[in-house]
Amino acid sequence: MSYITKSPWIIHYDGSSCNGCDIEVLACLTPLYDLERFGIVNTGNPKHADVFLVTGGINEQSREVVKNTYDQMPDPKVVVAIGICATTGGVFRECYNIMGGVDKVIPVDVYVPGCAARPESIIDGVVRALGILEEKRTKMTEKGGK
Amino acid sequence: MITEIIFAIGFIILAPFIGALIGGIDRKVTARMQGRVGPPVLQPLYDVFKLFEKEKAVVRNEVNFYIFSYLIFVVFTGALFFSGSDILLVIFALTLAHAFLILGAYAATSPYSHIGAERELLQLMAVEPMLILAAAGFYMATGSFSVRDIALWPEPIVMTLPLLFVGIVYVLTIKLRKSPFDLATTHHAHQELVKGLTTEFAGPTLGMVEIAHLYETVFFLGLVWLFFASMPWVGLLAVIIVYFLEILVDNTTTRVRWQVMLRSAWLVALVAGAINLGVLTLM
Repeated sequence: MSYITKSPWIIHYDGSSCNGCDIEVLACLTPLYDLERFGIVNTGNPKHADVFLVTGGINEQSREVVKNTYDQMPDPKVVVAIGICATTGGVFRECYNIMGGVDKVIPVDVYVPGCAARPESIIDGVVRALGILEEKRTKMTEKGGK
Repeated sequence: MITEIIFAIGFIILAPFIGALIGGIDRKVTARMQGRVGPPVLQPLYDVFKLFEKEKAVVRNEVNFYIFSYLIFVVFTGALFFSGSDILLVIFALTLAHAFLILGAYAATSPYSHIGAERELLQLMAVEPMLILAAAGFYMATGSFSVRDIALWPEPIVMTLPLLFVGIVYVLTIKLRKSPFDLATTHHAHQELVKGLTTEFAGPTLGMVEIAHLYETVFFLGLVWLFFASMPWVGLLAVIIVYFLEILVDNTTTRVRWQVMLRSAWLVALVAGAINLGVLTLM
């Protein structure tokens, strides 16, 4: 097993969320759930991050920011869309300014639906993302070997 | 000569692991203070290994050169110290190492890393007088600048330099990047200015900064130990108590503005240095 799954650092971005999912994401880092026991640290800096958590649907203003943040993260990286708005656009999908889910802008690896997504399902989503991160890491080493 | 080389090589090989263990215990104790379980004790090592698994993304190539020089000079500083060399040379090597870190942050061309670099410069300015005064104090107490002679001095030096010891413990908070003086960059989640100094460092570059920090932690705890060198076990106990106090202060204080840091550090250095060295001169 590579070390990347033992020390995944996260960055969290609010696309156009109502803040419900954001509060649940931050709840994961509080003493009750304590994500740091898995080595997970909230960095707030895309250049240090391995896991990108996005909440809320993507609108015309947040599109560039999400794309830019994703591009700044060094490989291997995974994206987790948290909440139904981030997965599909949710109740806002018909709005004139909403493009839809996060996957309209960047590739998403794990979808965590819910309104708001519960901390337990967010943690489950992140843990699944770690499996994908490991796979990406293996692919990257194979590529580098060639 | 042989023992000196053995000590230097021992430091180079063992210090990252000891530093990581100290860092891991630090994070565990911090978590307990906040009512959390906390990460495994070896987490700092996992973090470093992880960073070397990441893509080598760097803003400009000079950054890697500067950060590598920073790492090399921090290792050089610690190796000089543990092989019993001249303490003034140790302090100058440490300053040079930090000059490289600051250059690295400036080379990365981002407003966050620039402000981080400026703050690191201020931290360096805050710490330097105290370190020089401590070196002067060691000389006045033992008649030698050599770490070897200081360590072999028959009495505990803390008895003659109590105020300088307090001053060193004060600037230790700045050097270990602990709150309230974690202005340039911090290990906590409550960061300011993204990650300050290290904002633009990614993957292996950040890994080198982390390794240098592990070396530096061991070096500074060695400096604390030097005040008790004639009683090694008491010295070890003192190091543990000092580090515990650092964690406690880290968890109970909020970050101060740079003016407060600079003034208070210089004030402590001036008062501690003037009184302690003044009394030594008169005696």
